[in-house]
Amino acid sequence: MSWDWQFYCNDTATGEAVAGCFGPGGKEQTYLQWMLHAWGWTLSVSLLALLLALVVGSLIGIIRTAPNKWLARFGEAWTELFRNIPLLVQVFLWYHVIPSLFPVLREALSSTVLIVFALGFFTSARIGEQVKAGINTLPRGQRYAGLAVGMTLPQTYRFVLLPMAFRIVIPPLTSESMNIVKNSAVAFAVSIPELLQFALQASEETSHFEEIFIPVTLLYFVSAFAINRVAKFVEAQVRIPGTSGAK
Amino acid sequence: MKKVLLVAALFAAVSAVHAEDTLKKIKDSGAITMGVRESSGLSYTIGDGKYVGYHIDVCERVIADLRKQLGSKIEVKYQPVTSANRIPLTVNGTVDLECGSTTNNSARQKDVAFAVTTYVEEVRIAVKANSGITSINQLNGKTVATTTGTTSVQTLRKHERATGVDFKEVFGKDHADSFLLLDSGRADAFVMDGSILAKNIATSKNPADFKIVGEVLSVEPIAIMMRKDDPAFKKAVDDSIKAIIKSGELAKLYDKWFLQPIPPTNTRSGLPLSAATKEAWANPNDKPMEDYAKK
Repeated sequence: MSWDWQFYCNDTATGEAVAGCFGPGGKEQTYLQWMLHAWGWTLSVSLLALLLALVVGSLIGIIRTAPNKWLARFGEAWTELFRNIPLLVQVFLWYHVIPSLFPVLREALSSTVLIVFALGFFTSARIGEQVKAGINTLPRGQRYAGLAVGMTLPQTYRFVLLPMAFRIVIPPLTSESMNIVKNSAVAFAVSIPELLQFALQASEETSHFEEIFIPVTLLYFVSAFAINRVAKFVEAQVRIPGTSGAK
Repeated sequence: MKKVLLVAALFAAVSAVHAEDTLKKIKDSGAITMGVRESSGLSYTIGDGKYVGYHIDVCERVIADLRKQLGSKIEVKYQPVTSANRIPLTVNGTVDLECGSTTNNSARQKDVAFAVTTYVEEVRIAVKANSGITSINQLNGKTVATTTGTTSVQTLRKHERATGVDFKEVFGKDHADSFLLLDSGRADAFVMDGSILAKNIATSKNPADFKIVGEVLSVEPIAIMMRKDDPAFKKAVDDSIKAIIKSGELAKLYDKWFLQPIPPTNTRSGLPLSAATKEAWANPNDKPMEDYAKK
């Protein structure tokens, strides 16, 4: 089991060692630079998709608890649609099927946008479920008390229900955020140059499977764990003493 | 301390699986596992778990010879592999004989061994017939598709560096996916081994829509792959292949798979026998790709 880590300093086109392990950049790069570049792609795709998922998912969760039946039905339809199709199938639908149904999209949207949509909408269904559950955990009296003191329904949501509901669902939202980082690995199937694509291609070129897959695994772990720690910090900062979940 | 020694001993035992005797393993288990590809030029599936192709036919003749040599029945198990996992599966013993379209190069010869070269591949470009592209230099600023985990990715990279042509690369996860990128218009060209291009064009909905154009970007010897440090098995496979070259059967197999209609759509690839392949048959060898480039 002899491992050779020297190849990371080799140029990806010529295979020769580069002094200082970092080449001039752009097309002339070492395997180490390629890996860091790929990690950057993984993080970008994950964070963009997470942003989309949080915004859309929260909206869907809120409208599912609204008294308006049509809004609630739309929210349910959205959730069921994106929850019942496997993620990889959704990615292919966005990348191959939808641009062929609407050819204008093929020029307009890059594959990055499509993968962010696929990951974001898939996760938004799950986040919607959790936000809905958080709102439903609150006693019914909270909503009626808000309406009784003269707030409109949107004001009740904004000042009474959502502040409590979001604090309650921070742990499941953390899980979903970490899931997005892990699920971003499916982006390799639609030609995003992210970590898994780097791992597959570079291990084929250099035949150093362990020396590539182990650091890639560690980078995925570190990325997901960092999100976990950020969420823990946020949870501690927004805690309200005396409410559920507080110390 | 004892625990450390125990773990170290286990590690040593697990990693001491080199220089195994594949012939003995086949004789004892009565079975050989053939690595096959789902959609490559020399080995592909026609559905229902059936795999066919030029290299599959060659391997079946090799296995028939092994049956005679070992004097026992050998059951053939098919294990689909991909560009990414074919070497790990061969090295760890899951696959005994990989009969796909694996390029023989020096980097791979550190982990596996190759039989004598049965086919010499030339990396070409497939484009839509009405695109007017005839050379790689016309691809400046265009989108080029290739498959993740293949040698063509590195070939394109070296070419970009050497000539200064700049194109956008998209990667399919397998050859069928990369061809779909070309077919759907997401890519302007698909760069891959000529036999894979020919096979994907021949089995597509409208073969006349596509053309294989341009100069040869890379010459690669394709061979059947097996585990390293097993001279008895390599000799058996090599002898079998040399015999079918000598008897003219390999030439007939080439004709069957490249010049005659093939399943499942009964179209023909129409790829004529290249001088390089004829030369490889005339002087059977397992030289890696780097030796071809030196010429």
